[in-house]
Amino acid sequence: MSEIREFDCRPNDQTGAESPLAWSFQRGPAPAADAQAGVTLRESAFMGHLILRGGAIVLDEAVREVLGINLPARPNTLAVDAKGERSIQWLSPDEWLILVPGGEEFVLEKALRHALGQAHFSLVNVSGGQTVITLRGPKARETLKKSTPYDVHPSAFPVGKGVTTIFAKTSLILRQPQADCWELIVRRSFADYVYRWLLDAAAEFGVTVERR
Amino acid sequence: MFHIYCPYCEEHREEEEFHPRGQAHLQRPADPENCSDKEWGDYLFFRDNPRGIHHELWVHSVGCRKFFNITRHTANYEILETYKMGERPSITAETLAADERQSGVQAASGGWQTVGARPEDEALNTEARA
Repeated sequence: MSEIREFDCRPNDQTGAESPLAWSFQRGPAPAADAQAGVTLRESAFMGHLILRGGAIVLDEAVREVLGINLPARPNTLAVDAKGERSIQWLSPDEWLILVPGGEEFVLEKALRHALGQAHFSLVNVSGGQTVITLRGPKARETLKKSTPYDVHPSAFPVGKGVTTIFAKTSLILRQPQADCWELIVRRSFADYVYRWLLDAAAEFGVTVERR
Repeated sequence: MFHIYCPYCEEHREEEEFHPRGQAHLQRPADPENCSDKEWGDYLFFRDNPRGIHHELWVHSVGCRKFFNITRHTANYEILETYKMGERPSITAETLAADERQSGVQAASGGWQTVGARPEDEALNTEARA
């Protein structure tokens, strides 16, 4: 067991946590619901984001044991579990992003720390620092083409790929866990900028924002 | 713009994602307390500025955030290779000069482009001085 002190960063429900896009939603009227919209935007707020760093060989076994997913060792790849809820993404040769449904991250963090024991690794909860914007629809790829210099053509960006790249004038993690489903993992302070950029870029195709 | 191959991401990425970080393969004096001021000054402040092959340190700052090396030609900006930290370059000024000699091209010393540096006609020099 490691000697790192652990604590649950997630506030309890009474505090009324706000997603990074709360202000954006409140500030401007969201586009009217449109069944014909080319792009559908949705924020997957309050998910559990963990950054896992260390050697792939050291981490692989623990990750498979705790999460049941193989650690993606190839660059720019993404491993998703059978339900499509939990995922691990390669960020750099010694860094991975684990994305789980909100509320699970502390349990997972404890389990991973326990499994890894005294190994040389780092595990940080970054859930409060970023959010996930999901892009769907027949024109989602067109919208991305306007926004990022990265090649999003199916031959260059198949399902199961994820990259950290330039997006508009900021950077984010762009990934495609399923066909016709793009996830944009943005920093909290850039969330409003990216959201408004997407609304503007997708306006010509018709855009809908799904809100819970 | 142009694309740079990141040896860690194993693919070509947009130039915007990278930042140059100066000359590569700098040797820190093994014993800084006991080295001469000249040695330490050279290490801290003085960098090569060759015309020709230059080994540079770059960082993939937006992508994987890893440092790596680029062998670049400073005259035509061609990127000859990129390689990971801790590796040795396979293309250097010496190997390039050897290739040129073998292929019968007019020899340039140490890969530096010296051809054309000196005007054929002495009159051009005097003209330049005037």
